[in-house]
Amino acid sequence: MASTIRVRATLSGETTEVQALIQHPMDSGFVKDAKGEIIPPHFIQQLTFEYDGKSVFVADWGGGVSKDPYVKFSFKGGKKGDDLKISWVDNKGATDTTTAKIQ
Amino acid sequence: MTITDNGFSATRRLILQGAATVVLVGLGNLPFSLAPAFAAANDKYPEEAFKQKNEADAIKLLYGKTAEASDKVKLDAPEIAENGAVVPVSVSTTLADVTSISFLVSENPNALVASYKLPSGTVPTVANRIKMAKTSNVIVIVEAGGKLYSATKEVKVTVGGCGG
Repeated sequence: MASTIRVRATLSGETTEVQALIQHPMDSGFVKDAKGEIIPPHFIQQLTFEYDGKSVFVADWGGGVSKDPYVKFSFKGGKKGDDLKISWVDNKGATDTTTAKIQ
Repeated sequence: MTITDNGFSATRRLILQGAATVVLVGLGNLPFSLAPAFAAANDKYPEEAFKQKNEADAIKLLYGKTAEASDKVKLDAPEIAENGAVVPVSVSTTLADVTSISFLVSENPNALVASYKLPSGTVPTVANRIKMAKTSNVIVIVEAGGKLYSATKEVKVTVGGCGG
């Protein structure tokens, strides 16, 4: 299966800018479907970005984050060609992991 | 014979009692050993904070202190969001030693939307997209040098992001 995570990490000067787009329904558990039944909560709880064995950014999410979530941040110390590891875990225990090269 | 029997059962009882005590002590210690771990472990998902209905309770559970408004926290959100399901918000700050940034929406069923941990070396700027049930204040909390700073902006929502 193709990865649910799309990442672009670009180095400019000293900082690496990271943009991530993840495919996930992010159901909050407050929305009803067409039949009037509540769609059970299903959202990513934690998203972690690791560089060089250390986490550079950790996102704790609730059901209030939009569907197919997007996040952007920057960190110092990245090098071109190095790997950035991204992983998430949702409230049902599902996970996905990918690595991206810093460009 | 009967005496030896009693002797046996007495020993057995002692052993069982001992085992029971160990179990009880073990269970009794568990909450104490978990509590500091919970407080210290920054990477644990703050489940309870995400369940809070109002922002003050969520902030208290997440950080254990209150925030003061600061003009050094710059919250960028639209005046009017046509679609409450996708509201782009971002924050940046000139504060030093930022360790955490959180987004809250007052009128959402659960106020806390997202909480980010920033290790040293990570730039204190975050952009993301959030859902808003209706017109509400968006609050951003920045933890810097152990203190909390906040910025608030009202976003008008024409179509809510929580169905209905």
